Amino acid sequence: MNQATPMIEVTNLDKFYGAFHALKNIDLTVHQGEKVVICGPSGSGKSTLIRCFNGLEWHNSGRLVIDGIEVYDGAKEIRELRQEVGMVFQQFNLFPHLTVLENLTIGPMKVRGISKAQAEETARNYLERVHIPEQADKYPAQLSGGQQQRVAIARSLCMETRIMLFDEPTSALDPEMINEVLDVMVELADTGMTMVVVTHEMGFARKVADTMVFMEAGQIVEVSPPEQFFTNPSSERCRLFLDQILAH
Amino acid sequence: MSDLGISRPKGQPLPKPPFLKRFFDSTLISVGIYVVIVGLIAYGAYIGAQGMGYNWQWYRVPQFLYRNTEVGFEWGEIPIGLVATIKLSVTAFILAMVIGLLVALLRLSDLVIGSAIAVGFLELIRNIPLLVLLYLFYYVLGPIFGFDRYTASILTLAVFHSALISEIFRAGINAVPTGQWEAAKSIGMSPSQTYRYIILPQSVRFMLPPMTGEVVHLIKSSAIVSVIAVAELTTFGRNIISDTYMSFEIWFTIALVYLVVTLILSIGVSHLEKKYAVDQ
Repeated sequence: MNQATPMIEVTNLDKFYGAFHALKNIDLTVHQGEKVVICGPSGSGKSTLIRCFNGLEWHNSGRLVIDGIEVYDGAKEIRELRQEVGMVFQQFNLFPHLTVLENLTIGPMKVRGISKAQAEETARNYLERVHIPEQADKYPAQLSGGQQQRVAIARSLCMETRIMLFDEPTSALDPEMINEVLDVMVELADTGMTMVVVTHEMGFARKVADTMVFMEAGQIVEVSPPEQFFTNPSSERCRLFLDQILAH
Repeated sequence: MSDLGISRPKGQPLPKPPFLKRFFDSTLISVGIYVVIVGLIAYGAYIGAQGMGYNWQWYRVPQFLYRNTEVGFEWGEIPIGLVATIKLSVTAFILAMVIGLLVALLRLSDLVIGSAIAVGFLELIRNIPLLVLLYLFYYVLGPIFGFDRYTASILTLAVFHSALISEIFRAGINAVPTGQWEAAKSIGMSPSQTYRYIILPQSVRFMLPPMTGEVVHLIKSSAIVSVIAVAELTTFGRNIISDTYMSFEIWFTIALVYLVVTLILSIGVSHLEKKYAVDQ
């Protein structure tokens, strides 16, 4: 893996919702194969930031370059970019009217123009990788939350993505289902995928992250390797936050 | 199961509900009351008609349903009119769906001019009476653009109902959670692909009940085209009456035909709804 190739480059990025300054002067670089975990209190702009990475939100100023493509509202390449950048949502957002298999094949077939047979073969491969090959013909509502989220991960992977974004992927899950999703994410990390994960699962972060990012009030307060982040964070605010979420 | 410490004797029958409640809850009594009320109304109409000296001639009605002539069996004016009404309604409804979907998409689009056009269209159509709209299409636009009364009728019904249908589309589309849009975007779908494969299939479930109401409404309002003498059920009814003077019998029959058609439609769709509810 080539650590020198930048996949996501954020420079001086600002984002407003009306008068509200949601993201303030963000600078961040994510290299190929790097795993970045973003944490911080709610409302700090973590989700907004990663939603900018695949054009679900648009920044107002600054530069955002992903895999060599400049991202801005109206960019022609945005749809190509979204095929490269997978997104896993807190609420799964599976397509409820389609079976699991159809959820996985609709993107490759309709967007990439891949044949049905080939798309299904790929889909079954990825279902195998998220450990639910037997659920292919069920509808999302028939699956548990953990299974649904693993289908959602597989759906993104079926697009042969190069970057995966996770927006609090385990926050909507019952506690006993969190690990099955995190396990899949750890396995995915081991394949060398570039990952940006917004999460409060610090056990996962310790295990997987190359870089920890702490955000507060729309700003990046701390960027450091996990050893330093968890033992000796440079900012007082970050230390307080960790104390709170690691207290029990 | 814990009984929360409340001791309650087991196996004791519950007290019976009061007599009046049991009386009105029983199916037999309900049906009885229903029959009595309907009977009273029918009897009232009959007495009223007799008071006018109306000469009932129900025996002459069947010939307008079907005839056995020397050349064989043939349908009467009423079934032929019904087929014409259904043709007219189906054509108008399909056109109304197309216009309605376009208007809804315009209204939901990010284009300011698009939603302005859509809102303008909606307000214009919703605030013109159907009859005036029909006259407008037949007497004004017809001669200008050179279309006949049948086309004018279809256009009138389609345009009038497209306004209501576009609101049904809009509500159905808005009822699909935004997460579905985001998920579709995140796998690179274009807006048109998102509508086609993700949003519209899911909004069908929300749109079916009001859309049925709209079809029923359209079939009923199609009767208005009889004022420009387009051949359909109501027009045929009028023609029969002007030949036979049996206004009571024929109008009752025509009303019953409309009722049967729209009832069948409603029952059919309620089955469809159940099917969709299971699928989700």
